Amino acid sequence: MKLESKIPEGTIAEKWTKHKFNLKLVNPANKRKYDVIVVGTGLAGASAAASLGELGYNVKAFCFQDSPRRAHSIAAQGGINAAKNYQNDGDSIFRLFYDTIKGGDYRAREGNVYRLAEVSVNIIDQCVAQGVPFAREYGGLLSNRSFGGAQVSRTFYARGQTGQQLLLGAYSALNRQIANGKVKMYNRTEMLDVVVVDGKARGIITRDLVTGKIEAHSAHAVLLCTGGYGNVFYLSTNAKGSNVTAAWRAHKKGAFFGNPCFTQIHPTCIPVSGDHQSKLTLMSESLRNDGRVWVPKTAIKGLKAKEAVQIKEENRDYFLERRYPSFGNLVPRDVASRNAKYVCDEGRGVGTTGLAVFLDFADAIKRDGKKTIEAKYGNLFDMYQQITGDNPYEVPMMIFPAVHYTMGGLWVDYNLMTTVPGLYALGEANFSDHGANRLGASALMQGLADGYFVIPYTIGDYLATIGWTDKVGTDHPAFKQAIEEVNGRVNKLMSIKGSKPVDQFHRELGLTMWEYCGMSRSEEGLKKAKKKIQDLRAEFWTNVNILGSANELNPELEKAGRVADFLELGELMVDDALNRAESCGGHFREESATPDGEAMRKDDEYAYVAAWEYTGDNQPEVLHKEELKFENVKLTQRSYK
Amino acid sequence: MKITLKIWRQKGSNDRGSFKTYKLDHVSPDMSFLEMLDVLNNDLVRKGEEPVAFDHDCREGICGMCSLYINGRPHGPLQTTTCQLHMRSFSDGETITIEPWRAKAFPIIKDLVVDRTAFDRVQQAGGYISVNTGGVPDANEIPVPKKIADEAMDAAQCIGCGACVAACKNASAMLFVSAKVSQFALLPQGQPERNERAEKMVAQMDAEGFGACTNTRACEAECPKGIKITNIARMNREYFAAMLTNYEVEAGAGGD
Repeated sequence: MKLESKIPEGTIAEKWTKHKFNLKLVNPANKRKYDVIVVGTGLAGASAAASLGELGYNVKAFCFQDSPRRAHSIAAQGGINAAKNYQNDGDSIFRLFYDTIKGGDYRAREGNVYRLAEVSVNIIDQCVAQGVPFAREYGGLLSNRSFGGAQVSRTFYARGQTGQQLLLGAYSALNRQIANGKVKMYNRTEMLDVVVVDGKARGIITRDLVTGKIEAHSAHAVLLCTGGYGNVFYLSTNAKGSNVTAAWRAHKKGAFFGNPCFTQIHPTCIPVSGDHQSKLTLMSESLRNDGRVWVPKTAIKGLKAKEAVQIKEENRDYFLERRYPSFGNLVPRDVASRNAKYVCDEGRGVGTTGLAVFLDFADAIKRDGKKTIEAKYGNLFDMYQQITGDNPYEVPMMIFPAVHYTMGGLWVDYNLMTTVPGLYALGEANFSDHGANRLGASALMQGLADGYFVIPYTIGDYLATIGWTDKVGTDHPAFKQAIEEVNGRVNKLMSIKGSKPVDQFHRELGLTMWEYCGMSRSEEGLKKAKKKIQDLRAEFWTNVNILGSANELNPELEKAGRVADFLELGELMVDDALNRAESCGGHFREESATPDGEAMRKDDEYAYVAAWEYTGDNQPEVLHKEELKFENVKLTQRSYK
Repeated sequence: MKITLKIWRQKGSNDRGSFKTYKLDHVSPDMSFLEMLDVLNNDLVRKGEEPVAFDHDCREGICGMCSLYINGRPHGPLQTTTCQLHMRSFSDGETITIEPWRAKAFPIIKDLVVDRTAFDRVQQAGGYISVNTGGVPDANEIPVPKKIADEAMDAAQCIGCGACVAACKNASAMLFVSAKVSQFALLPQGQPERNERAEKMVAQMDAEGFGACTNTRACEAECPKGIKITNIARMNREYFAAMLTNYEVEAGAGGD
C-alpha cells in the first residue's frame, strides 16, 4: 500500500481554500441520512460531534468518563495559540506556521501545519462566541501573552485553566446538540474495537462500563478523538484513564501508526515522591524565567530542600547556566529535561529518590522582592506546597521531567483520514501537525482546529462519495464476529486469575519505557527494552489477577484491557525509536550527537514520517515512509550554546 | 503512618451497602489520598478480595471526576478536590470514614461511585449559547469589561464534581446550576437567551430531584474551586426576571 498524503496542489497559502472548494458536498437534506460515530469528547471529539450535529448528521458520541466534560483536554493550563496579531507585534499565519514547523524539528507536513495556523484565528472567534471567558485587558479586548519562548504574543488564555474553559465551551456546544437530538451521548462507554467491512470502517464495538454489556454501533464513518498514549510510561501528566486502546485497536484493523516514538517530555514537573506515585503534576515552565536550576557539585545522598539552603554557592552546579551560557535556564524543554537526567544519572540528583533537581528562587526573591515573585507565580507556589509540603519561598523547589504529550499517533492524510477509508483520527490521536516536538499552547489549537474547522469539510467529501446507502448494519456477520472477539478477550483477561495486580505490570512497563525509550535512547538500550517488554507481555497474559466480574463496573478490568494494549504499543515505540537513528525534536539518540554532545538531526536519512503497518500478532510491523518535502522553510540545526 | 479505613461497600445500585473496615500500616504522608486507596486496592487484589471502586481521572484537581465524602466532608478536610488531598492532612493512627456522595439525584452505581448524569442533563437544558460553528464575529468585536470577564471566569471555574450537592443537607444543586447561569448572564454573548436559560435550567434541576436552597452556605464552604453563593443570588434574580416574562418552559424528564 502506498501512502498518499493528499496534500493539495498550489502555493502553501491557497492549498486549503482550493481544497475546500474541490471537496464534494453533502446536500443539506441528505445529511440526516448519514450516521457518524465520534469516540472521545475532549477538544477534538466534542468540537467535532457538536459541529457535525449542527450540520445535520446523526452523531453518536462516546466517552469512558462519567461525563464528556471530564476529558483530559480539561487539564491544559497555559493557553491556545492563534495568529490573530492583535498585539501588532509581527505575528502572521506564516510566522505561526514557520514556528510550528521549526519547533517540530522539521518532521511535520508543511500543508497540514499551514492549515492549522490558518484556522487558528477562527478558533478564537468561535470560543468567544460560545462565552469562553478569556483573559481581557481593561479596554475589554482580549489579552495575549508570549508562551514557551515565542517571539510574539499570540497565546490566548483563561487564567491557568485554558483547557478547562475551551473544553467547557465545546461541551456546551455538544450539550446543545444532545438537547436537539442530533447527538446521542454514551457516557461511561469504552470503545474496544473498530469494525471494518469491505475495506471501510463501518462501526465500533463498545463496553458499557457500568453493566459490562458489549454492544455494536454502526455508522458511515468513525472518528477517533481519543487523545495521546503518554500513559504507556505509567507515570505521566496524563489522566489515569487516558489510554491507547481505541487507536491501537484501529491500528490492528489496518490503520497505520505514525511516528510512535515521538514523545514530549516536560522539564518542570513535581518529582516522584515514592513507589506509590500514580501520576505526575506539571508546573508551568514559566517558572524557569526566574528560577535557577542546580544540583550539588558532588553527590549528597537524599539531600532535602530544607538542607539545600545550607549548601555554599561554590559547591553548587548551575548546570544549565554552565553548559548553555547564552540561554541558561531558558533552554528548550528537551535540552532542560535531558540535562536534568544526566546529572541524576551521575548520582547528583536530590531528594529522597535522587531523581530531582533544584529550581531555586532565592536569587529572584532577593532581586525583585517576594511580592513580585508572588504576583508572578503565587498560584504555582501554592500548588507546589500543597502537593509536596515544602514552601518554595523559603526552600528551593524540586523538579524532574515527565512525559506530557505524544506527537505520534495514527497516520492520517490531509483529510484526517487514516489508512482505513471512513476511519478518521483527530487531535492528539493523530500524528500530523507537531512533528518531533510540539510548541507550547499548540495542543489545544490542533484539537479544536481538527474538530471545528477541518473535519466538517473533509468528512463530507467521503460521505458524498460513498453515498448513504453504503452502510452495513449491526446484524452483519462482521459485527457479530467482532462482538465475539471482544467478549473472548474480556473473558480471557478475567480467567487468568494470576497473582499480580494490573498496576504492577503497568508500572514495570513504564519503568522500561522511561529508562530506554524516554529522553535519551541508544540502540543497545532499545534492544534490551524490546526483550523486556516481550517478557512482561507474556507474563501479563499468564499472571495478571482481575477480581470481580465482567458484568459490572470493574475498574481493574478496564485497566487490564488498556495495559494489554500498552504492552503491544510499547514494543512498536521501541521499534520506531530503533529505526530512527537520529536525534530529533524531543529525542536524543546517543549515537547521533555532535562532538560536544548536542543533538544531531539527520535530514538526509530521516526527513520522513515513519508509518507502521500491523501484519499480525507477534509479527514484525512493516515500515512505510512518507517523505517530507519542505518548500517554504529552510532546514536548520538548533543551537543554544 | 498507620490508618484504619471505614469504607462504604455496595455491590450495585439495588444492593444494600455497609461499611467495611480495613487497616493500612505502610502509608506515607506524601501519598495523595487516592494513592492511598490505590495501595489498599493492590493489597486487596493480592489477598483475593475485590478492590474498592471509586471515580478519579486527572488527579490534578480539574476534571471533577473524583468525589468521596471523607470524615463527613466532601473531598475531606481541605477545600480541594480529593485527588489534591495528601495523607499528611491526617494523623498517625487515625480512623478515616469514606462514603460516596449521598443525594437522591446521584444514585450509587457501586461502592463509592455515583451517577452524576443529572448534572449533564441540567447543562443540556440550557447551559450553552446557541451559536453554530463558523459565521461568528471577530473575537475582538465583542468587548467585555475586564471586571465582568473576571467575574464570569470566577463562576466558570466550576468543575462539576458535585461537592456542593453532597455538602448540602437538602442535596441542592443551586451552586452548580447558578455558576453556569451566572457566567452567561454576565457576558454580552449570553444576553439573548438569558431568561429562557435560567428558567429551563432551574426546571431541569427540579425535575432531577435536587433539593431547594435554604442558604446554609455549606456548598460554598466545601466547593474546591471557591464558587461563591452570590451566584445563587444572581440566579434567583435571573429566574425571577424570567418568570415575569411569558416564556413557557417544559421540564424535561428527570433521572431516576
